[in-house]
Amino acid sequence: MLDFTSQHTTTSDVAIRVRDLVVQFRRQTVLKGLNLDVYKGEIIGFVGASGAGKSVLTRTIIGLVTPKSGSIQVFGRELTTADDDERQQIERRWGVLFQQGALFSSLNVLQNVQFPMREYLDLSQRLMDEVAIAKLRMVGLPADVGRKMPSELSGGMIKRVALARALALDPDIVFLDEPTSGLDPIGAGDFDSLIRTLQQTLGLTVFMVTHDLDSLHSVCDRIAVLADGKVIEAGPMSTMLASEHPWLKEYFRGKRARGVPGLVRGE
Amino acid sequence: MEAAEAHRAEGSLTEHDLLSGRTSGERLQLTASGEWTADNAAVLDRLVTATAPAEGAVSKVDIDMRRVEKLDTYGAWLVERLIQGATEKGAQARLIGLPERFGVIVRTVHQNADELPPAPERTNLFIFALATIGRNMVEVGKSIALIAQMFGAVTMAFVRAVMHPTTFRWTSLVNQIDLVGWRAVPIILLITFLIGAILAQQGIFHFRRFGADIFVVDMVGILVLREVGVLIVCVMVAGRSGSAYTAELGSMKMREEIDALQIMGLDPVSILVLPRIIALIVAVPMLTFLGSMAAMYGGGLVAYLYGGISPEVFLQRLREAISVDHFIVGMVKAPFMALIIGIVACVEGLQVEGSAESLGMKTTSAVVKSIFLVMVLDGVFAMFFAAINL
Repeated sequence: MLDFTSQHTTTSDVAIRVRDLVVQFRRQTVLKGLNLDVYKGEIIGFVGASGAGKSVLTRTIIGLVTPKSGSIQVFGRELTTADDDERQQIERRWGVLFQQGALFSSLNVLQNVQFPMREYLDLSQRLMDEVAIAKLRMVGLPADVGRKMPSELSGGMIKRVALARALALDPDIVFLDEPTSGLDPIGAGDFDSLIRTLQQTLGLTVFMVTHDLDSLHSVCDRIAVLADGKVIEAGPMSTMLASEHPWLKEYFRGKRARGVPGLVRGE
Repeated sequence: MEAAEAHRAEGSLTEHDLLSGRTSGERLQLTASGEWTADNAAVLDRLVTATAPAEGAVSKVDIDMRRVEKLDTYGAWLVERLIQGATEKGAQARLIGLPERFGVIVRTVHQNADELPPAPERTNLFIFALATIGRNMVEVGKSIALIAQMFGAVTMAFVRAVMHPTTFRWTSLVNQIDLVGWRAVPIILLITFLIGAILAQQGIFHFRRFGADIFVVDMVGILVLREVGVLIVCVMVAGRSGSAYTAELGSMKMREEIDALQIMGLDPVSILVLPRIIALIVAVPMLTFLGSMAAMYGGGLVAYLYGGISPEVFLQRLREAISVDHFIVGMVKAPFMALIIGIVACVEGLQVEGSAESLGMKTTSAVVKSIFLVMVLDGVFAMFFAAINL
């Protein structure tokens, strides 16, 4: 078995360490002994064919799916054996951007962003309002969006509000599930640079599931490829382009990839 | 500076560590240290508020940031607020020794500082109440129009189905009859049995006082056949099947399935609404019949066990007390009530908008409206039957 995990440095640099992860749904094994390291302060892009288990991996790490066996460590703490208190402490340190935004439809934008603050911190309403407005501004929305309901927002705005909510508690890790899907190319490009800016400003570790070749090319430090329930390749874009794996060749050097500048060399 | 001094005096050691200050002449020197993060934000909020200098008390505020170990957006915002507060009071504020790694976040938060737009003003409570009443009246008018419109659309769809029977969704009809009729039988039997039993028990209890026990049979027979059987069944069906119709059509609307039917040139009313309404019109009379029988059985059982009226006597008395007219009065109402329940449920289902909240609201209003209209219709029928002496 290939090992993409040992080549890197010490444990203290690792934000998420997944070892021999097996996830099964009834008789179907989705993840078959998956290994993965996500380093602190990097943006890792996760790719794989539809149905390969990218979302399952994300959902397993954030605790929505229980693995059959294996270990998941976040900041050196084992999640599979953690009790509720420990889990909560770790959950407090990550934010998740769901694919459809998953904003609470009965709360307005400001209340959505303040929801995690209300749960975890004991703050005055004034401070929550001020910080929530600052977060909305940081994800590129004007302050008056705060009073709107999620149903009044466009797709791109929903993603931004959801990102603001994911960042509400100043997490160390952010999980993004297809952040640019459903956005127009300009909006997607803006969102990519927003993620990069926020990552640099807040020192985030970003775990991003995406199909967007532009995103992979422009913002990801590393790319991990999921196939057959395992990570078959992990590394920067150059590694992907050099790979001889047939699926990777098709993915990064196929028809769709040609339009992406810098992705295909020698044309 | 007194406020901050006072705070220092009573504050814990950690609070003191986060922000401390002293005044020297015109200059206020603040020292920030430790972790300026979300976890300490509540304490920092109080400290920052307490530290705000009085108007014109100082002309310079220096904030020493050298000993800050951690800073996130919460901390950066509070630093920003400290500076804003000082500036508002006419003092010159500046940060000293800000560690380089915090430069970006402090600048970003500064650039993104903004006021919360004011909440929309509350109008006068009296005017608000009047406006609500007015708005609700308009809503009532609208929903009557929508029901009439749906009634027309269903009639048209029915005519088309009669002209071209092959286009009618027979499979869907059978499936719906199974769902709203056959599968409702156990719960309908159980509930009407209990209602019949309770009626008989109450009747015996009161009639016994003047030795008229036997009249409980008249009461149960007439009440169940004319009113209670059909009403209980309609309330159950509205709650069980009406809500299901609204939720089904509503979620189809949310996922654009109705739009998909429309652009394929198919009429959603013919395909989705008509089979559902016909299924109710078929099922409700059957359920009413079964329910009435179960209620009479329950009444008879209680009359026997509780009132000592033997089954033979009960049946004999029943034959004298009721005629087939009572039965017909009950049964005639059933299909009309089914029609009302079905139309209201489908109207509400097609009114659902994007959010989950709207689906819930429409489902609730479908059940409430259809039960209300069933009662109104029952009253109209009562007047009608009285007029024709039935």
